[in-house]
Amino acid sequence: MRNTWTICGKELRSYFVSPIAYLLLTMFGLIFGFFFWNALGYFVIEGMEMQLRGQAFPMNINEQIIRPLLSNVSVVGLFFIPMITMRLFAEEKRSGTIELLATSPIRDIEVIVGKWLAAMILYACLLLFTAINFAFLFHYGKPDWKPLAVGYLGLLLQAGTLLALGTFISTLTKNQIIAGAATFGVCLLLWVLEWTSGYESATWATVLAYLSVITHFESFAKGVIEVKDVIFYLTGIFLGLFFTARSMESLRWRS
Amino acid sequence: MIVLLFFTVVLCERFEDLQSRVTGKILPPMIIVKDVTKRYARAVAVDQISFSVAKGQIVGFLGPNGAGKTTTMRILTCFLSPSAGTASIAGFDVLEQPFEVKKRIGYLPESPPLYPEMETTEYLRFVGKLKGLSGAELEKRVDYVCERCFVTDVRTKLLGKLSKGYRQRVGLAQAIIHNPDVLILDEPTAGLDPKQINETRDLIKGLAGDHTILLSTHILPEVEQTCEQVLIINKGKLVATDSVRNLQARARDAESLVLEVAVRDGQPDPLTVQQKLETIPGVSRVLCSDGKDTGLIFEVQSQKGQLVRGDLARAVVASGWDLSELRPAARSLEEIFLQLTGGEAPQP
Repeated sequence: MRNTWTICGKELRSYFVSPIAYLLLTMFGLIFGFFFWNALGYFVIEGMEMQLRGQAFPMNINEQIIRPLLSNVSVVGLFFIPMITMRLFAEEKRSGTIELLATSPIRDIEVIVGKWLAAMILYACLLLFTAINFAFLFHYGKPDWKPLAVGYLGLLLQAGTLLALGTFISTLTKNQIIAGAATFGVCLLLWVLEWTSGYESATWATVLAYLSVITHFESFAKGVIEVKDVIFYLTGIFLGLFFTARSMESLRWRS
Repeated sequence: MIVLLFFTVVLCERFEDLQSRVTGKILPPMIIVKDVTKRYARAVAVDQISFSVAKGQIVGFLGPNGAGKTTTMRILTCFLSPSAGTASIAGFDVLEQPFEVKKRIGYLPESPPLYPEMETTEYLRFVGKLKGLSGAELEKRVDYVCERCFVTDVRTKLLGKLSKGYRQRVGLAQAIIHNPDVLILDEPTAGLDPKQINETRDLIKGLAGDHTILLSTHILPEVEQTCEQVLIINKGKLVATDSVRNLQARARDAESLVLEVAVRDGQPDPLTVQQKLETIPGVSRVLCSDGKDTGLIFEVQSQKGQLVRGDLARAVVASGWDLSELRPAARSLEEIFLQLTGGEAPQP
């Protein structure tokens, strides 16, 4: 456990002493800020139209701003995750520092979880940026905080799955670009898999759609914790980290 | 009853320990490698290597580039698994108890495993933590290794900004931070300048005794100067295991001399000189090397124990030629090494 924190601390430090963390935070902040501004704009216009027509359609900050924004974050996250995970193992393999980790009296799983945890914390920092925007909603309106909290939980779980997969892919190569590109491809695939359910109702289509990480996020965006979705993400995290462990072990036999 | 049994066991152990100290009985070797083979997809990197290293020894692992030195070291440090055979450190098998092995080794890979974005002390602290140190002890060890490896003046520098010499020394500091029983150093002096090489060698020599050291190199004088024992490896096979002294003695067995005769106006003729030299008793072989314009150079090999220098000089002078040089040929480990690794069969 202590070793996990040692590794995690080291990874976080290298994220934050290099430009990586700041670049990601800036880009994410900009993109989310733009989304937020737009969502707010639509909300205001819709509100005015309602008033003009004299309709009493209930306006709801949670349903009309927070929910679509959370769904947006879950998609935008797909683009940021490869950039977080690509260096985790690829860099160590290229620079040879993997030899230090592999010959120290620590377990592979401690290294893996430490690195994954650092990636999770960086992702949580990105989410903190969105929280600044949401704070304005709480200042000027009265949204319900519970669906928002559930939404964040869902985002973290979804990111956990993808970060674990990204960590795994990073162990496969010495080249960060390859690791990043492959992770990006996998993330995108796991997003668009759900499209099959739109035109096909055969079993294979249902299975493919079920594998999509986005479908499982919908319930969280609504503010509902569905056990099956939680289990889906937890399974994803476990599988990702498990494959990483296998891959790290296989380094001793290959290389 | 059980307590009694326990005491008996403890007493016996104590006694054995005492006995071994009194009689100077050889302790079990620190590093044991037995029939280790490592196969890659297309090549055999290490082919049935066996050797052992006693506690406190410095052993040089010598071989041309690509001979399998790094692979063997990686197997000993549990970085790679052997395809066949067993290896153990301090009695712990690298496959069965890698955790125990890793606790007892310090490893400096070919390129020091440094994180460019870390400062020296920060890095050493990180490695110390990985090796299980903490608190005041960790700080003490960091200070100690900084001093010992001469990196005190770069304590707060970023590792990425260090020169090659300093990088190597930080790598060494990293390897000894947890005071391991066994040190495995892969080309510890590669890329250093002559002054740094000397310092590093002294440092390594200073570490022997407390630590058992296995160091690899392709530089011969390094082995002659630092190591007590040499393992020569070529194309994955161990071709010689001996103490440095024995190897040097082996090198001196057949004396070899270099002789130069001055030439004036195309005289004397190389063949005549060679024939003349060959008639001297004790001379086994005379080779004519490339002559210069001003002189003919011969390599004269004599039989073991025969002193032929005086006879050679007299013979040359008596023939009316000018002897311009006569010196022993530099036959060192270098030749033995080349003999063993060059595919040429060693002479009996």
